Amino acid sequence: MDIHEYQAKKILSGFGVTIPRGGIVYSPENAENKARELGGSKWVVKAQVHSGARGKAGGIIVCNSVLEVAQAADKLLGKKLVTNQTGPEGKITNRVYIEEATEIKKELYLGLVFDRSSESIMVVASTEGGMSVEEISKKKPETIIRSKIEVAVGMQKFQAREIAFGLKIEPKLIARAAETIIGCYRAFSELDATMVEVNPLVISNQDQILALDCKMSFDNNALFRRNQVSELRDKTQENPNEVYASDRGLNYVNLEGNIGNIINGAGLAMASMDMIKLAGGEPANFLDVGGGATPEKIVKAFKLISMDKKVKVILVNIFAGINRCDWVAEGIVQALDKIEIKVPLVIRLAGTNVDKGNKILKESKINYIEANTLEDAANKAVKALGN
Amino acid sequence: MSILIDKKTKIIIQGFTGKMGSFHAEEMIKYGSNIVGGVTPGKGGVKHLNLPVFNTVKEAVKNTGATASILFVPPAFAADSAMEAADAGIKTCVAIVDGIPSHDMIKIKRYMRRYSRTEKMTLIGPNCAGVISPGKAMLGIMPGHIYKEGKVGIIGRSGTLGYEAAQQLKNLNIGVSTSVGIGGDPINGSSFKDILEKFEEDPETDAVLMIGEIGGPQEVAAGKFAKENMKKPIIAYIAGLTAPKGRVMGHAGAIVSAYGESAVEKVELLKECGVIISKNPSVMGETVKDSLKK
Repeated sequence: MDIHEYQAKKILSGFGVTIPRGGIVYSPENAENKARELGGSKWVVKAQVHSGARGKAGGIIVCNSVLEVAQAADKLLGKKLVTNQTGPEGKITNRVYIEEATEIKKELYLGLVFDRSSESIMVVASTEGGMSVEEISKKKPETIIRSKIEVAVGMQKFQAREIAFGLKIEPKLIARAAETIIGCYRAFSELDATMVEVNPLVISNQDQILALDCKMSFDNNALFRRNQVSELRDKTQENPNEVYASDRGLNYVNLEGNIGNIINGAGLAMASMDMIKLAGGEPANFLDVGGGATPEKIVKAFKLISMDKKVKVILVNIFAGINRCDWVAEGIVQALDKIEIKVPLVIRLAGTNVDKGNKILKESKINYIEANTLEDAANKAVKALGN
Repeated sequence: MSILIDKKTKIIIQGFTGKMGSFHAEEMIKYGSNIVGGVTPGKGGVKHLNLPVFNTVKEAVKNTGATASILFVPPAFAADSAMEAADAGIKTCVAIVDGIPSHDMIKIKRYMRRYSRTEKMTLIGPNCAGVISPGKAMLGIMPGHIYKEGKVGIIGRSGTLGYEAAQQLKNLNIGVSTSVGIGGDPINGSSFKDILEKFEEDPETDAVLMIGEIGGPQEVAAGKFAKENMKKPIIAYIAGLTAPKGRVMGHAGAIVSAYGESAVEKVELLKECGVIISKNPSVMGETVKDSLKK
């Protein structure tokens, strides 16, 4: 789960990381008031959307008067921001963060991620803040510092110091920098995060060490024990069909193509999508109804796919194990009794009692195309596009 | 022969008296697995499915001589149960459950570092279908009848895609020595490499089918291991050609976040290691068949 910049900053500040003063607002009037309240003569108005690269997309506006702050907020609020990470549809800006402007002496990069090779938390840092980490590794790979943290004992002060010295921070600021790095580590480890990225981490002209921008993601599997984190979810930042799916316990990812998929199991779903691609088509979605493929999940899945206007053909591929094909077929028949499907439907059943399952489908009133193998199903789905 | 489990392996069920535990215990017993009892804290002393229930894994091991266990406990308690199994001397433990936090998985693995290589439990999963040695024993939730007894090892992340492979093999009259589902999570108990090592040592496994997917370094690490250390042919299929970068595709671990983690890149890197690639998921069986002829 992703959260907004201002939420991530608030979390970090709770772990002793200094952040610029600021406040969240939902209207231009409040933006102006917030700027007055913060004082000073220069502010930054930042669109709060779940995406990086907001600056290049015009989502971050530097203002020199409270009037400009109000105008900037007006320009951003209620509009979709399209960045190179949001896709062409962009993401809606419902709140903007008003922050006092920081006079920057030096921009640094600090990121923490799970390292799947060593199964530990990896700190990645660089003197070249402000660029994306991909860009840094292309343009200035020699500046990248990596430090593996043993989770059982946590980050040690010497490790934080090593990173800070590696970032060429001047000696009088090392202790403060180390505290900042340890604060980020503690936020990661104590809140079940999967990513904390402070980019840039800056040294101000006043020699403060500040998290100027921050992204955090959390382990969905751990949200049950992190109520304060799960409350931060902002569904307006997610694809509406994906929200619909996650509210109903379906694993769904919206994609660009036009062949809708209903499949049981994540691996089989990816494999079926591969076959569609190899057959010359493009999947409209990833959808795993769960290994069991219960009738309730199948009904929900058909509803979900029927909501997706770009879908021109639906491919159902269920490998039934302990849940037998006949039971799954009855589920499909029931689902299609409730939901009208206007596009061609290809169904492939496999596994336990496959003949019984196919017989039930054939004897029902469903208008569908039967397929036998993965390949057959994909070919028939792509062919049905042309009809 | 087979790896991890056979006919004689004594198995206990952790979370025995729950709905899932009971259902799958019966399925495993029907298949012929040697289930000797189970553990549900607080219910020790009663009988369930005619088998003894114990309060702790240690008691269960002491009284039954069990060496394998399977967990049917909710994700929040799964790490605790897995560590309890490791501490009680269980040798193979399967965690079916989906939804264990990654931090908990790291904790389990750190905890297990206290045991020497020979004493250490092999943890399979989580978020997997388990292990089956066809015709001998099943320690999982798969439909046993789709697996034919034979000499091909299977390692895969996904449940149903693994079933698909087993059925393709069966249709070609090819059997399986053992099939191991290592699960779809980013951090798992055993990696592809860990299981490849076991198959290489198993005299009755002739070839190994590895069913991977996008995300993480494990498939490529296994390929590199195989290149240096294995004589048996390895056939691989990597799912997720169409997966966009940075999106989780169902399995928590199925996310492309770095170079070498996409399907295309993994296939290229595996080819360099001499792994035979199944060009699509519909020909996994045929690709294995061709490799066995050579």
